[in-house]
Amino acid sequence: MYRETDIIQTIPGTDEMVINVGPQHPSTHGVLHLVLTINGEIVKKVEPHIGYIHRSIEKMCESLTYRQFIYSTSRMDYLAAHTNNHACAMCVEQGMGIEVPLRAQYIRVLMDELTRIASHCLWWGSIAMDCGAVTPFFLAFREREMINTIMEETCGARLTMNYNVPGGVMADIHPTFQQSVKDFVRHFRSKIDEYDELVTGNIIFQSRLKGVGKLSKEDAISYGCTGPTARASGVSCDVRKHFPYEIYNQIDFKEITHTAGDSYARYLMRLAEMRESMNIIEQLIDNIPEGDYLAKTKAVLKLPKGEFYSRVETPRGELGVYIVSEGGTTPYRIKFRSPGFSNLSALDHMTRGHKIGDLVAIMGTLDLVIPDIDR
Amino acid sequence: MTREDLQQDLTGRFPDFTFEEGGQFLTMHVPAAQWSNIAYFLRDTPEMQFDFLFCLTCVDWLKHLTMVYHLRSYTHKHELVVKCQLDRDNAEIASAAYIWRTAEFHEREVFELFGVNFLQHPDLRKLILPDDWVGYPLRKDYDDPINMIKL
Repeated sequence: MYRETDIIQTIPGTDEMVINVGPQHPSTHGVLHLVLTINGEIVKKVEPHIGYIHRSIEKMCESLTYRQFIYSTSRMDYLAAHTNNHACAMCVEQGMGIEVPLRAQYIRVLMDELTRIASHCLWWGSIAMDCGAVTPFFLAFREREMINTIMEETCGARLTMNYNVPGGVMADIHPTFQQSVKDFVRHFRSKIDEYDELVTGNIIFQSRLKGVGKLSKEDAISYGCTGPTARASGVSCDVRKHFPYEIYNQIDFKEITHTAGDSYARYLMRLAEMRESMNIIEQLIDNIPEGDYLAKTKAVLKLPKGEFYSRVETPRGELGVYIVSEGGTTPYRIKFRSPGFSNLSALDHMTRGHKIGDLVAIMGTLDLVIPDIDR
Repeated sequence: MTREDLQQDLTGRFPDFTFEEGGQFLTMHVPAAQWSNIAYFLRDTPEMQFDFLFCLTCVDWLKHLTMVYHLRSYTHKHELVVKCQLDRDNAEIASAAYIWRTAEFHEREVFELFGVNFLQHPDLRKLILPDDWVGYPLRKDYDDPINMIKL
């Protein structure tokens, strides 16, 4: 028997030993603790221990009103706070039957896609760093900074936007918003080609990812993977296509899927998604309709008795918000089906038989955000 | 299958089960003792093929606990919610971890936060909370005078 406090323990009678990765480890990008059973360099088993930053947001939300609880969800997936807020606002609107003005829908979708690019930028920098290249991290942050500045101008915050409220968005867009977004897209189009030249074609990088961490289509579905992780395995699961919300059904965009299911496919997936997000932004940015940005709602929101489920496509996959209401001003029970939680459960399956170094690459391409998993 | 067809098909096969009126998804109430058989049926029957368990959670109603399973079929594009009522003092239900692998983590979460015992679960341990945690925090009558801030 090994104690968790021991750093390395051998298992008597076998060549295997148990080591701890994390909770403080640069490649886990947060406080994720993995207990590995290894034989030499080969990983036999991965056991994730999570909950180091569990704040029980679900319990907290039970005592917050329908206007207040949205803010706590910015602290789940802090790299995509806007999409989290979006799912919650949509769930309340669905329960109340609030019609969101068209202008607000356009703004929400634009912000969602900017968030997606910003989140994937950070992921691109960190996966390259996980595989040993440090420069891409700084390059990606340069582009991400532009999005953060745009967010700051309009939402007032760089990460925890809290821009979505039931009925629309909190404030109108900044007068220079459209111009800054157009400048950003023009700038980013040339930079993403640079990303490809620098990292995608790199033979060392490719050999670190190709054939590593394969996930078959059946397994991806069974493990509940969503988002780029599942689409890289050939599962067509884009919520924006299958359960269109806001104005996604009027936008011309492709759902990208790969069939290889390995880490390299997941890498290509996210780069392609950034390009597709730019296409969506370009279609919308000049056509934001005039009108209200916020529907008129009652001061105190009360959801009728019943159950409501809403979902959005966050950069990591399908985020579901499940509200059970008893007719009061606060939710009776709320459940966040976070994409990272389900994606993490496939880690053990994907890593078995690979080397420890590959574990880092697999974790990197899963794009884990720990507060999103812990909630 | 459309929602009406699905309800008709399921009523034909299981006349005892009740369905909820209205709501976003078609919702079926299943006795907890039969859940394991129903789960296999829902996944493996060609007309059903619910291959994706996209949400698994529990709700504490003070008189009883209710397990809520959200299912979707990638093949047929239909969705179904299955609910099982559990006794609060002796909450037990068959695990779905061998049917949908994603259930393994979700059930561990429900196990520690609601105190539901999942039978035949491959690895039923605390996932989020420390190992020595006492009580089930997401139950409505849970009280922690030190760490909980009442609003």
